[in-house]
Amino acid sequence: MSRAFALLRRRLLGSIPVLLLVVVGTFLMLEAAPGDAVDAYLATSGGGDAALIAALREAWGLDRSLLARLAAYLWSLAHLDLGWSVTFSRPVLEIILERLPTTLLLMGSATALSFGLGAALGIVAGARPGSAADRLLSAGSLALYAVPGFWLGLVLLVLFSVELRWLPSGGIESIASGLSGFARAADVARHLVLPVTALGLIYMALYLRVMRAGMAEAWRMEFALAARARGIPRRRIVLRHIARNALLPLVTMLGLQSAQMLGGSVVIETVFSVPGLGRLAGEAVSSRDTPLLIGIILMSAVLVIVVNLAVDWLYGLLDPRVLAPGPA
Amino acid sequence: MSGLRRLLGAPGGLLGVALLAAFLLAALLAPLAFPGDPQAIAGPPLLRPFADAAWPLGTDRLGRDVAAELAHGARTSLAVGLVAAAAALALGSLVGTLSGFAGGVLDEMLMRITEAFQTVPGFLLALAFVSSVGPSLAVLSAAIALAAWTGPARLARAEVLSIRARDYVAAARVAGMHPVEIALREVLPNALPPVLALASVIVAQAILAEAALSFLGLGDPNRVTWGGMIAEGRTVLRSAPFLSIVPGLALVAAVLGVHLTGEAAVEAQAARRSLA
Amino acid sequence: MSPLLAVRGLSVAFPAREGRVEALRDVSFDLAAGERLAVIGESGSGKTTLGLALAGLLPTSAIVAGIVDWPGLGRAPSAGRDIGFVFQDPGASLDPLMTVGEQVAEVAEAHLGLSRRQARAAAVDRLSEVGLPEPAELAHAWPHQLSGGQRQRVAIAAALAGEPRLLIADEPTSALDTIVQARIVALLARLSAERRLALVFISHDIALAAGLAERIAVFRHGGLVEIGPAAETVRAPRQLYTRMLLDAHLGLEADA
Repeated sequence: MSRAFALLRRRLLGSIPVLLLVVVGTFLMLEAAPGDAVDAYLATSGGGDAALIAALREAWGLDRSLLARLAAYLWSLAHLDLGWSVTFSRPVLEIILERLPTTLLLMGSATALSFGLGAALGIVAGARPGSAADRLLSAGSLALYAVPGFWLGLVLLVLFSVELRWLPSGGIESIASGLSGFARAADVARHLVLPVTALGLIYMALYLRVMRAGMAEAWRMEFALAARARGIPRRRIVLRHIARNALLPLVTMLGLQSAQMLGGSVVIETVFSVPGLGRLAGEAVSSRDTPLLIGIILMSAVLVIVVNLAVDWLYGLLDPRVLAPGPA
Repeated sequence: MSGLRRLLGAPGGLLGVALLAAFLLAALLAPLAFPGDPQAIAGPPLLRPFADAAWPLGTDRLGRDVAAELAHGARTSLAVGLVAAAAALALGSLVGTLSGFAGGVLDEMLMRITEAFQTVPGFLLALAFVSSVGPSLAVLSAAIALAAWTGPARLARAEVLSIRARDYVAAARVAGMHPVEIALREVLPNALPPVLALASVIVAQAILAEAALSFLGLGDPNRVTWGGMIAEGRTVLRSAPFLSIVPGLALVAAVLGVHLTGEAAVEAQAARRSLA
Repeated sequence: MSPLLAVRGLSVAFPAREGRVEALRDVSFDLAAGERLAVIGESGSGKTTLGLALAGLLPTSAIVAGIVDWPGLGRAPSAGRDIGFVFQDPGASLDPLMTVGEQVAEVAEAHLGLSRRQARAAAVDRLSEVGLPEPAELAHAWPHQLSGGQRQRVAIAAALAGEPRLLIADEPTSALDTIVQARIVALLARLSAERRLALVFISHDIALAAGLAERIAVFRHGGLVEIGPAAETVRAPRQLYTRMLLDAHLGLEADA
């Protein structure tokens, strides 16, 4: 067990400089942009005189030097203060934490869908490499992999919401529905079906392809031939030996894919008006709310790091070679 | 010639090349086939596709010719896809080679930076970059490259590390070649082919990323983009869904063409290597 | 008495870019129940193809002619149940993600009609039979936690778990060091005697084979060059090629 903790601690310590790099990099990039929050504010409020501009700049700390502002930002970050959102007139952290559960729900469901369905179909395709099922699924996944998520979302919307009227077209729950408990959960689930499908299907294609390739590789290993030589039923060889081994690379992908999916959720949340982090990023961009945008990027990076840690832990559970000692 | 035949013979290769060719032709011939401003009003608004031969794919909300917009949109997609992928591959190979060859502190630093880039969702990074610098073709390409160079960098580094251990590099070292010369003349050319095999995937991802950015209103405002067309069509999604669906189909066809061609090319390459 | 196994005119070829490659040409021999036969040859002699053909493990692309008959069995032999197979590299032939006990147990479960629990108990018995210490504990170990010799013992236990009457061992000791090699050969000899288990021992090492087998079959370029009692073949080989193999071995010994 101590080996597991040592690994975990090393990964946690390693993520600190990475996070610091993300903060400084993002801060510098957004600071390099022409115009600041005051310009954006004035653009929306219809302008103002020089005195007001100067006063606003001073109040928001925009009149200080770049380094001073970076230092101040890092200092407040150390106190878990992510700054003040001009657009929402509220602390950034508060807004982000409010939107986070929705995004986590969307991402979690989409990951479960893409990983589960991708792995299952990958097993079907990889059970007999070169079979009709394999070729059909491989071609289908390649086609799906070429589909932009936001467009798939719109098509699903036209089909299931506009034409068939089966599912709601947007939002996370019915407005002022007065529902509670199980009824409310069912209402949220109904709202999530389309965005989760749109987000999940795209990434499902990738998991399917990796699972299939992993299975093809596992078939070439000698233990596959050895299992056949021992007369193990084919079904058991496929599930317990081939698929089990092919699952490992799929799990390692989860970490990187979580970052990809967070990016993809920006457009999906916009299409379906889901009030999550992704749509918030879109709002921060259009209103030039730099502290909010940095906050979102930072929170995404933290999420990705947490997911990566979870993936490492999961990998340790799945692969005995990670934690159990080798031959004495 | 036999390489091309093998490419076309590979499963999906023919379809891929056909789709890619249609995409390239649309992009190259757009100014000839549809001269003038594709964003100008050309006819009655909201004409359905195949209803009038003058506007084969119909017209949008403002009466702009969808076919003309589609062809000119292909130019934007192609340009951003190629430039962003080239930049990502160049930056990635450079960082990866440097990191793998230098080792030590520099390697550690570059890998931390790579990790930092991988920790931030690439699309979010591109979004922030475009929104802070301002949308233009060059900025979009740079933003997408910024989000896509880490894969090639990691692969290039791994290749360099494995090549560095091989005999001919040791021989070059014994022969007294300068380390930079070894890196550029012996290691890089051998590390490059597997990295270049990523090209089609990165081009495809870049086209999709450009479409998504344009969809969010961050595309180059002076150009027609497929993502922008889909966003435009969204406002009349209930009455005229084809306005969003048609450019999306073009996007799928183009990206699929790139994927299939790339896959067939890699397979043809592998077949040639196994013959040699 | 009818033999356990009768091979008649067995030929195996693989499709190649131009025509086909013949791996085995018109091979005939008998194997008695409990008999130990060594199959000797250099790489490319067809000896591995012979092993795979006997076990029914040839790839589907293989073109097979001739007969492999099991006179006493009355049905087609099945892998694992009638024939056990031991591969050269025990590290590669075990699934890295499954405990060794489970890998032995799944064979017993597949062929002996045992419940999961009975199969686990049978696996511990097999691990004990192949001379592994503390088999009940060791059953919970993963392949990577064992030494090469221990892994090969596990692979042999898995091959025996279906209670087969023939064990084919394809270079089972070449990946191991000399001392372990001798112990594995001794184990195979003991198992063959105790269980009246027929053994096809495939090797390039004629001296090692001579110490274990009752008969030796020498292969070259896919053909059976000569087959005869082990002692006789080593003492007075009828074929020049066998003499060459012996000389090469002696030369190796002289160098060492």
